[in-house]
Amino acid sequence: MNLPENLKYTEDHEWIRVEGKEAYIGITDFAQKELGDIVYVEIETEGETIEKGEVFGTVEAVKTVSDLFMPLNGEVLEVNEELEGEPELVNSDPYGKGWMIKISIEDESQLDSLLSVEQYKEVVGA
Amino acid sequence: MDKTIEIKKIALNDLHEQLGAKMMPFAGYNMPVRYSSDIEEHQTVREGVGIFDVSHMGEFILKGPKALDLIQRVTSNDASKLFDGKAQYSCLPNDEGGIVDDLLVYRISEEEYLLVVNASNIEKDWNWISKFNTEGVEMENISDNISLFAVQGPKAAEALQSLTQTDLKNMKYYTFEKGEFAGAPDVIISATGYTGAGGFELYLKNEYAEEVWKKIMEAGADFNIKPIGLGARDTLRLEMGFCLYGNDIDDQTSPLEAGLGWITKFNKEFTNSESLKKQKEEGVQQKLIGFVMEEKGIPRAGYEIYNSQDEVIGRVTSGTQSPSMQIGLGLGYVQKANSAEGTEIFIGVRKRRIKAKIARPPFYKG
Repeated sequence: MNLPENLKYTEDHEWIRVEGKEAYIGITDFAQKELGDIVYVEIETEGETIEKGEVFGTVEAVKTVSDLFMPLNGEVLEVNEELEGEPELVNSDPYGKGWMIKISIEDESQLDSLLSVEQYKEVVGA
Repeated sequence: MDKTIEIKKIALNDLHEQLGAKMMPFAGYNMPVRYSSDIEEHQTVREGVGIFDVSHMGEFILKGPKALDLIQRVTSNDASKLFDGKAQYSCLPNDEGGIVDDLLVYRISEEEYLLVVNASNIEKDWNWISKFNTEGVEMENISDNISLFAVQGPKAAEALQSLTQTDLKNMKYYTFEKGEFAGAPDVIISATGYTGAGGFELYLKNEYAEEVWKKIMEAGADFNIKPIGLGARDTLRLEMGFCLYGNDIDDQTSPLEAGLGWITKFNKEFTNSESLKKQKEEGVQQKLIGFVMEEKGIPRAGYEIYNSQDEVIGRVTSGTQSPSMQIGLGLGYVQKANSAEGTEIFIGVRKRRIKAKIARPPFYKG
């Protein structure tokens, strides 16, 4: 299973790449494998400020639907528009072209609550 | 008391794990739900040939001079129409208007029948049928000894032909032969399936399962045969509008509401036939309909169905994105008054109402 060292993770199987005061968010390789073929990523919260733990969107696979949770308080600055036409990028490149949103980090102290790659490995039994 | 539910393993459990299948508990069995990709597996069956291990399904043998009488008493279809080598889709009505299970009835000989039931209902069906067995029909539950492979797709007959003397290409839908297959004796080779893609279902003893699976994979290699999980089985059956017990039909739904009038024959008496007959004359209150999404959105079981006045008129019982057609489609119950083909409806997907249209299955027409 592909789990990059430079990312933070959540128990909801999301990854966070911190870049200064902003962060990119997507779902992990584990999550995309569990979901199977992703056919639709629905994110309609661009421009909204959302609290940690609240839903920012939904990912639809052939067999199942799953909510996407904010890992940190922040504003949704950007949504990956490529997923509109090519949702399968989440399967083929979950940490790259399959990113979902870019957010502003409102409360840096929340970064401490995110999981390191070692901690996330324990969550998924890797 | 230990309340852990025991998850049963099918004969080829280890083989599926070695093939990289994602295994999940389904109907009490650890089952392969996906080997590579739901969409790829789906297309393999639509366009070529794939093999499913559906050994979780239940099988009962009913034997004796009164076997047909018992089957006629408990099932809704007319089993007297069967002849040796003929199978029939049917259901077991309960006495409260609903359905105990749907099943296949195979006539092996005049006094021997095979009933194939859903895995989740094996015990329930066994107890139900036994209750009506007052005339000494010999009943045997062979579910744990039988493996079932479904080889489905337009290339199925060609892919399997080298393994059997039976002329597969000329077998009619819903007929079967019992004979040697890939070296295994007494295999039921049945021209049936749950995909709408054509093909065969093979019932064999567990002891031959591994050998037969391997020979099928070898014989099918030239046709690019692939193992297919239950995930694709569900999208394939939904594209055909086939009912799934537990979703689209259950203990509460009437066969007439479910569109199963064609297997509900009133020329004989069976469980609850009186009141079902009355329901047929008076008309049903709700109906199982098929629908296709007219806008982007994927229907799922449990979502509500609305009319154009935003009133709830029913609910979705099965739904998916169709891999063949790349649109959302599903089945659901609506009030009879709103059930006409072509009616515009709306599916409540999270906070939105997504436009859909009532359509008559099969959705996928090849």
